[in-house]
Amino acid sequence: MASPKKAPSADAKAFDGRPVPDFSKDEELAAYRTMLTIRRFEEKAGQMYGMGLIGGFCHLYIGQEAVVVGMQLVLKPGDEVITGYRDHGHMIATGMEPKGVMAELTGRAHGYSKGKGGSMHMFSVEKGFYGGHGIVGAPVPLGTGLAFANKYRGNKNICLTYFGDGAANQGQVYESFNMAELWKLPVVYVIENNRYAMGTAITRSSAETNLSRRGISFNIPGEQVDGMDVRAVKAAGEKAAEWCRAGKGPYILEMLTYRYRGHSMSDPAKYRTREEVDEVRTHHDPIDMVRHRILEKKLATEDALKKIDTAVRDLINDAAEFATHDPEPDAGELYTDVYR
Amino acid sequence: MPTEVLMPALSPTMEKGNLSKWLKKEGDKVKSGDVIAEIETDKATMEVEAVDEGTLGKILVPEGTADVAVNTPIAVILSEGEDKGAIKDARPSPLEKAAESAPPAKAEKPAAPVPPQPKAPEAPAVHAASDPDIPEGTEMVTMTMREALRDAMAEEMRRDKDVFVMGEEVAEYQGAYKVTQGLLQQFGAGRVIDTPITEHGFAGLGVGAALAGLKPIVEFMTFNFAMQAMDQIVNSAAKTLYMSGGQMGCQIVFRGPNGAAARVAAQHSQDYSSWYSHIPGLKVIAPSNAADAKGLLKAAIRDPNPVIFLENEILYGHSSPVPKLDDFVLPIGKARIARPGNDVTIVAWSMGMSYALQAAEQLAKEGIDAEVIDLRTLKPMDVDSIIASVQKTGRAVTVEEGWKQSGVGAEIAAQIMELAFDYLDAPVARVTGKDVPMPYAANLEKLALPSVAEVIEAAKAVCYR
Repeated sequence: MASPKKAPSADAKAFDGRPVPDFSKDEELAAYRTMLTIRRFEEKAGQMYGMGLIGGFCHLYIGQEAVVVGMQLVLKPGDEVITGYRDHGHMIATGMEPKGVMAELTGRAHGYSKGKGGSMHMFSVEKGFYGGHGIVGAPVPLGTGLAFANKYRGNKNICLTYFGDGAANQGQVYESFNMAELWKLPVVYVIENNRYAMGTAITRSSAETNLSRRGISFNIPGEQVDGMDVRAVKAAGEKAAEWCRAGKGPYILEMLTYRYRGHSMSDPAKYRTREEVDEVRTHHDPIDMVRHRILEKKLATEDALKKIDTAVRDLINDAAEFATHDPEPDAGELYTDVYR
Repeated sequence: MPTEVLMPALSPTMEKGNLSKWLKKEGDKVKSGDVIAEIETDKATMEVEAVDEGTLGKILVPEGTADVAVNTPIAVILSEGEDKGAIKDARPSPLEKAAESAPPAKAEKPAAPVPPQPKAPEAPAVHAASDPDIPEGTEMVTMTMREALRDAMAEEMRRDKDVFVMGEEVAEYQGAYKVTQGLLQQFGAGRVIDTPITEHGFAGLGVGAALAGLKPIVEFMTFNFAMQAMDQIVNSAAKTLYMSGGQMGCQIVFRGPNGAAARVAAQHSQDYSSWYSHIPGLKVIAPSNAADAKGLLKAAIRDPNPVIFLENEILYGHSSPVPKLDDFVLPIGKARIARPGNDVTIVAWSMGMSYALQAAEQLAKEGIDAEVIDLRTLKPMDVDSIIASVQKTGRAVTVEEGWKQSGVGAEIAAQIMELAFDYLDAPVARVTGKDVPMPYAANLEKLALPSVAEVIEAAKAVCYR
């Protein structure tokens, strides 16, 4: 992977050398708050998993926050978002309530799926979030279908279809690419390349490691994006969204990012060094970079940021509290929602 | 020696076709590869090419002749030096033969014997008129199951603009089995969509469109190819409603021919009835006649859940009466008593109804009065109708083309055991496909499938006769 930009810097450049426009004060602060909310949510989920309150698989998004937060900024009402199972960040970014997400993680009655979906299977029609899918690669045809529906209805909406570097090797991804370009469907394929598919480094699994090039044989344009810089993400997202809304078909954005935690909670992470993780955390952390810029440009004071930190902590603590005490679903729920 | 041109088969299941046009006339020179005639079935049109060089000596079947049996000589080609006089050595045309009304002469065997074309099993003589869901006195129109399916889709597409059909060759080609014939012309390319040969991808795309609220009809050229799409059908279509706590469902129909056609061997001859009926969240329908096909496909398209609609290639061309109603919709999950009886209950669906009804007729001659239930919907299964019948007869036989282990018959037998054990006078018998991949050879294929004889044998066995 081309390494992300080193150290927090005020004037970032995209990989192709173009300058990335700065955020306004409001954008920086909003991005900071949302990314921090995702970070604190995931840290709390990790703790609660350790306490046995969350079962099964739990894939944390820590380190990748700039991707969803930057992409969400380009969406308009009616646009759709769909992803795989590392989905908590996407849900919070689309505006779903941390309480409902956390209660789903604990398998409780007021979780988004009434406790029947869990970490990997959550949805919100209201927020345009179409899951939350547990099968690697499966959301790619589904997201392409959501985009198909937009085109069928003749609206100007687009679908953000997220998948990882591991899913990028799935056959159904290319079946989808083919149809999306053939029918000019408004879908942005956002490949979150966090360098490891579970424990397998991309260099050990992929013949072409520049995933932005994976659409070339379908004539789908693609580019690599510094997925640790929320401004670069938003700039690339705007370009891709505009392309789709203009009826030109799909667009691929490869987000170069990194997950700090293991693949799931049960991952011993023996496949990479502690130094590698520390290097990214210290020099490329997406939240630190925003915080640094805010202070450097005096967009807000330390105190103001501390207030945000406290508010976020309170929000997450409330969510955890709620998810711990919410009752389990009624036994009668076993047989509901199989058919409608 | 003059060469006979025989009526060709367009598909493994074709038994007869129409000779629509002669492109050469008697006396014309022809060389190998020249198109000499056009033939058609309700499924396709094909050109007949000369296989030898020579002169078109005699046309045996005039153009415009309908229902010409496969392998009937339709013309004679004379080779260099031969004149028309040589033709008398050739077989008389069946038309002339019929006109002569002579006792059947032993047909002269052609020099290179052509193996007999496999005969597809007879169509079930299923008539839907006895259906309590059809109002008494309703006018019936005879149509093929293919036409009934097409009409069902067209009616629903007219009714609801969110309904569209996608699949391989459904649009410009007019359907690999012509089920979608004319839909492109009627509804346009935006709603009748040819896909690439990518079942996994387009099934998933259809599910995504359904999650967004559209109502796709996804045609699989055959259900054999849907195995590639199994993950999207089971994991995405069937489970999303449950996993989302009822927030997000998937109104979609997956349809296409299922089960054995004829002589297409193991990878193209499989019955998926039990596979799909295992899955909570799916509904599974398998009609045996045109009326059920129409009424149930319309119901499937309107149903808010994912529905697997299992058709049968052999049944596509079979005609039966369909109610002439503006909006004929049948209830999903309701079996129909196709033949009332008192001695033994035979449960079947789709192609299995063919074996069941023929067996019932022969059993009647031997004094066994069989009740035949056409299940029509496999999931949810109309267990009540089966149980009510078994309570009356005390004996049951199931018929299916699928394999025995974990088959639909196994489920029916278990239900009867659980709910009507005390009424049973004999163990339930299952007639199924044999536990082997489908062989290609005509004789072996026949052995691998259930037969009328096996159904009769099973029915007699449970009646201790």
